[in-house]
Amino acid sequence: MIETLLIAFIKIVIVLLVLLTAVAYSVYAERRISAFIQDRLGPNRVGPFGLLQPIADVVKLVFKEAIVPRNANKPLHDLAPVISLTVALATFAVIPFGNTITLFGEEVKLIIADVNIGVLYILAFSSISVYGIALAGWSSNNKYSLMGSLRSSAQMVSYELSLGLAVVGVIMVTGSLRLDQVVMNQTNYLFGVLPAWNCFVQPIGFITFVVAAFAETNRQPFDLPEAEPELVGGFHTEYTGLKFGLFFLAEYAHMIVASAIITTLYLGGWHLPYIDMIDVSPMLMSIIGILTFVIKVTLVLLFMIVIRWTIPRFRYDQLMGLGWKVMFPMALLNIFITGLILLLLQ
Amino acid sequence: MKTDYTPDTSKSKIYEALIDQYTSIESDDPLGSDMVLNFGPQHPATHGVLRLLLRLDGERIIGCVPEVGYLHRGYEKLAENMTYHEYIPHTDRLDYLSPLANNMAYALAVERLAGIEVPPRAQYIRTICSELARISSHLMATGSMAMDVGALTVLLWTFREREKLYDIFEVLTGARFTTSYSRIGGVAQDLTADVEKMIHEFLDYLPEAIHECERLLNRNRIFVERCDGIGIINGDDAIAYGLTGPNLRGSGVGRDLRRDRPYFVYPELDFDVITHEGGDSLARYYVRLDEMYESVKIVRQCLDKIPEGEIHANKPKKVLPRKERVYTRMEEMIHDFMLVNFGIDPPAGEVYSAVENPKGELGFYIQSKGGGVPWRLKIRSPSFVNIHALPHMLKGVMVSDVVAVIGSLDPVMGEADK
Repeated sequence: MIETLLIAFIKIVIVLLVLLTAVAYSVYAERRISAFIQDRLGPNRVGPFGLLQPIADVVKLVFKEAIVPRNANKPLHDLAPVISLTVALATFAVIPFGNTITLFGEEVKLIIADVNIGVLYILAFSSISVYGIALAGWSSNNKYSLMGSLRSSAQMVSYELSLGLAVVGVIMVTGSLRLDQVVMNQTNYLFGVLPAWNCFVQPIGFITFVVAAFAETNRQPFDLPEAEPELVGGFHTEYTGLKFGLFFLAEYAHMIVASAIITTLYLGGWHLPYIDMIDVSPMLMSIIGILTFVIKVTLVLLFMIVIRWTIPRFRYDQLMGLGWKVMFPMALLNIFITGLILLLLQ
Repeated sequence: MKTDYTPDTSKSKIYEALIDQYTSIESDDPLGSDMVLNFGPQHPATHGVLRLLLRLDGERIIGCVPEVGYLHRGYEKLAENMTYHEYIPHTDRLDYLSPLANNMAYALAVERLAGIEVPPRAQYIRTICSELARISSHLMATGSMAMDVGALTVLLWTFREREKLYDIFEVLTGARFTTSYSRIGGVAQDLTADVEKMIHEFLDYLPEAIHECERLLNRNRIFVERCDGIGIINGDDAIAYGLTGPNLRGSGVGRDLRRDRPYFVYPELDFDVITHEGGDSLARYYVRLDEMYESVKIVRQCLDKIPEGEIHANKPKKVLPRKERVYTRMEEMIHDFMLVNFGIDPPAGEVYSAVENPKGELGFYIQSKGGGVPWRLKIRSPSFVNIHALPHMLKGVMVSDVVAVIGSLDPVMGEADK
């Protein structure tokens, strides 16, 4: 019993450290890539190629004065950024970042919480994350913050529907709510050649899910809650110092988690296609699995960043229109088609 | 100690204006769900220090009162205490996105007052400067409008091009930003071959660069849908509100002072007046884009046709002599002394001289009673008049559209507040 707990604890520490470092460096990546797109240099002074910039950023944020507006609701104002970041990090618990690895004669599953309702867990936590933003906007007692959080609540609630319905397609194909089962299901091959990734099996669901995931993470073109030109800073207008830093980290943590979810559900997770055709030792296989997962997540992340710096932002009513008139029917259509095909294949 | 502070807005003038203006709406709204939002003067999208007091129903705007004056520096009054030459640097700071065009407009007004004829070479240089300033201003307008709807990259791309223009201005005028390039009766320095080469290179490259931005925006459905059909003002209303420049031409009214009331060498040049029907933000955006291509055409023609010759009018009593002559010749030194200390002494009378600036019709109304300083100088600044139409354009749009409408209106507060 103690052994299991110890293993779980070690896994949590390692994943948390890696995740937080990844968050810091995804900020750096965002700044460098945006600079490249915009013909600028970007951060390149701190350390080689500016690689120490995230540390400088964090130190700066830590030493900033924490200002709370006079009429703000202080407990909620303090709680909101914590909710945001915690939820983002906690979602990672159910994502399998590798198959199994054998260490010291012990077979360890590369997933923190091996629960049998992984998909539901993800959906539940993405719902909670809206509280962070809604409370932040409400407790700040600022009209811009309030509008930002109202927009965000409406946006997340509407897009969560499409998100959930898109996942239903995956569940129907897999026949399980376990995320490791979802990945295992994608290690097969379609017609013997094409990897049976859900993005090929469920193209409509994949597109719906990716768009909804963008909306869930508040990324451009759906970053209305913090639409800078109209709402100044949106829900985090009244935040400074480390509390602002937490929101900032939470945004990128959400991005990484969303990329990981997209990878797991639709891009084959840790599975590298065709690797099982050659003979590799189980240890090497596990390491390749982890690396594959990391690379896939990075690529999805880069895609999100490039999108942000390329296209403008939706207007609020257009966003809701897209969510309810396009995404929702598409997700339903996907379920219908999936069901029909599954029925015919039986 | 008083801890809960609520600003007493009920007594403020601007708040009263907002409430008075739309009293009928209050009775339509029994729940009282409307909210007053203070937009600016410190706000990332108001292009400086424009303040709007908005009355919202949800995200929809039911009332708007703009307030200007946060950048008021009293330029009209200042003019009464300085000679005509001394005032030129202040014109830089009107529309600070196109200082060259302001310099030229002011010099033209004074020359019309004093009856000075500027030699052709200087006229051509002035035309080139005005058009380069137009390109610079329109690049900024396009970029900032794109930024306001969320496409930050375009802003940086247009800034890259403006940087090249600033390099040209630096070599031509000696300053990148506050150029003060015009002189009464001519321009400060001659257009050298170096500058001509730089301008040619810039013109060769610019259409491609604009096209690059167009590729990112014009066929982007998000951008087009964001700007299409918002901030509509039809031609009649636009005339009634006194809109000028690209904002008027975006409503389908083809008025352009360069063609309708020619000045400089515009009558000798071949160019089109761009108009777009629609009167919405998108139409105004298209007008600016197309005008940049026209400006390229105009500058090319000027560079082809520019004659050799003097760049100062030969009127020693009115026009400042060249510096090297002041140091070496008695006559010029006396003139310089008299002009600097006592001014150019135009005849008593008044003049209204307007030019087509990037933002619209920039007019200088000067009343002279003789002597070295104007008795009264009034600036008809296009941004000020354009802002006047904002409440009309904003009625019924959403909060997100406010920034797109302001961006398409392209006001510069330095000019609006004077």
